[in-house]
Amino acid sequence: MKASEAARDAQPIAATADKNSAGPRARISADFLFRNLSAAVAMLVAISLLGILIALWREGWEALHHFGWRFLVSTSWNPVSEHFGALVFIVGTLISSAIALVIAVPVSFGIALFISEMAPRWLRNPVSAAIELLAAIPSIIYGMWGLLVFAPWFSNFEPWINDHLGALPGIGLLFQGPPMGIGMLSAGIVLGIMIIPFIAAIMRDVFLITPAPLKESAYAMGATKWEVARKVILPYTRTAVTGGIFLGLGRALGETMAVTFIIGNANNLSASLLMPGSSIASVIANEFTEATTHLYKSALLALGLILFVITFIVLVLAKLLLLRLDRMEGRKA
Amino acid sequence: MSAIPQNPPAASASAPASSVTTVNTKLDVRALDFFYGQFQAIRNVSIRIPEHQVTAFIGPSGCGKSTLLRTFNRMFEIYPEQRARGQVIVDGEDILSSRKDVALIRAKIGMVFQKPTPFPMSIFENIAFGIRLYEKLSKAEMQARVEGCLRQAALWDEVKDKLQQTGTSLSGGQQQRLCIARAVAIKPEIVLLDEPCSALDPISTAKVEEMIEELKTDYTVVIVTHNMQQAARVSDKTAFMYMGELIEFGDTEKIFTKPEKKQTEDYITGRFG
Repeated sequence: MKASEAARDAQPIAATADKNSAGPRARISADFLFRNLSAAVAMLVAISLLGILIALWREGWEALHHFGWRFLVSTSWNPVSEHFGALVFIVGTLISSAIALVIAVPVSFGIALFISEMAPRWLRNPVSAAIELLAAIPSIIYGMWGLLVFAPWFSNFEPWINDHLGALPGIGLLFQGPPMGIGMLSAGIVLGIMIIPFIAAIMRDVFLITPAPLKESAYAMGATKWEVARKVILPYTRTAVTGGIFLGLGRALGETMAVTFIIGNANNLSASLLMPGSSIASVIANEFTEATTHLYKSALLALGLILFVITFIVLVLAKLLLLRLDRMEGRKA
Repeated sequence: MSAIPQNPPAASASAPASSVTTVNTKLDVRALDFFYGQFQAIRNVSIRIPEHQVTAFIGPSGCGKSTLLRTFNRMFEIYPEQRARGQVIVDGEDILSSRKDVALIRAKIGMVFQKPTPFPMSIFENIAFGIRLYEKLSKAEMQARVEGCLRQAALWDEVKDKLQQTGTSLSGGQQQRLCIARAVAIKPEIVLLDEPCSALDPISTAKVEEMIEELKTDYTVVIVTHNMQQAARVSDKTAFMYMGELIEFGDTEKIFTKPEKKQTEDYITGRFG
């Protein structure tokens, strides 16, 4: 609307200007073109998102219709009898991602804090570059490393985990099982390493742009680096930090290759994190080529739709969390 | 803009009439050099800053006055490429070579910056933050303490109904007074003010200057300012710095009326700077 007004206003000016009368009009139409071009590119994102959603819905409808709401809560996944339920994979996805976050968030915080507050200037760039390189490693390399290097090494520790954590009442259930190396915990750890660069890079960037006088005011009161980080830097940057964490979570939820290699690919639910499991992405990757019947294929695509919805819910929760934090800061009772 | 104070500044009339009266030295700076990497920003500065008085540092941009202030609480230490050489003696102890926890040194020396820097938390928490670092108070004690600090800053009536709102919701002048209240909440002995009014309007500036006047009964105040009239209004002693060196230091009245050095005179009469 503004563009057309500007164009209309420009007409008489262009007419009265004797030399170079095409100038202003050409510039305005270039601006008009640029405006529409960027709008079109922005729309493209929304349209492809909608397209994917519709495609998943259409293809997955058969399975969703056939099993109804039980698709979400059933743990059985039997291609032979054509009985499909998504719960094992939903739980596997959520738990492996949760483990990844538990590992990646504190580590990333430490890395970002070191780079922004403690490292001498000459060390800053090499460490930053190393973190960014982690993000450039293809996920299949992480998967192979996880399966061939990490899992055998990690299996050495599992008996210890069994004996100590597994003996605890209650949470001990989470840490019982054979020392195989692969499983939910291993997948979560590898996922955690994979998402560290994303979270750490965002945290580092926002820590570095925290105004120096703000940090100095806290230091000037005798606060330690930890107190400054915890009480001043983190609250100041929390919107961006939350954004970074959820970006990492989004990646963890959808990560396919590395998880497929190391999660164990067992289609059953187990309380122990040492036992093999499956995630939505890993089961789709494993079984898509084998899905010969319509219902089977539809069930896999319905899983994709569920992953889509989970990611969406995670994003909404992140927004709500930030709103709540803002409100708490605004006026707490 | 002419910066010549034609009349003897009013504030200095209330300053001690003569420098003969024994005044304790609170901050004794001896042969201080300061480096940003290879660049030497302060050259061999020695100065004795008197207790319970307001000492102002004036000088053109880049003369090292803010840098000097930042050595008094070892603030420069958080930047690895900055270093100081010499002595800064507070109560008989050289704080630059002290092995004491730097937090304990900074607890004695409060600092307020050019731009207001309220922490990203509520008004109440802004004050309570520093107190919590050093004291364990009950909820009621903390309430009383925070109220006392805000009253001292003449801010209580303006904020008492919105203590839980974020500090950034205040106006610039209120934010700066909050920052001063926050600095004195931990009961320091010295308060360093680094151009505290340069981002404020004249009315807020007047309020902050009023605060400074009150602060000196309890604290030793050191203020860096670009504004010569402000130095003349609020300080008892004035130091003029130029190119990293201390050119002249003396009673404010004398510095602004009959400075001894030619450079000082040129600066305060606006011939350069």
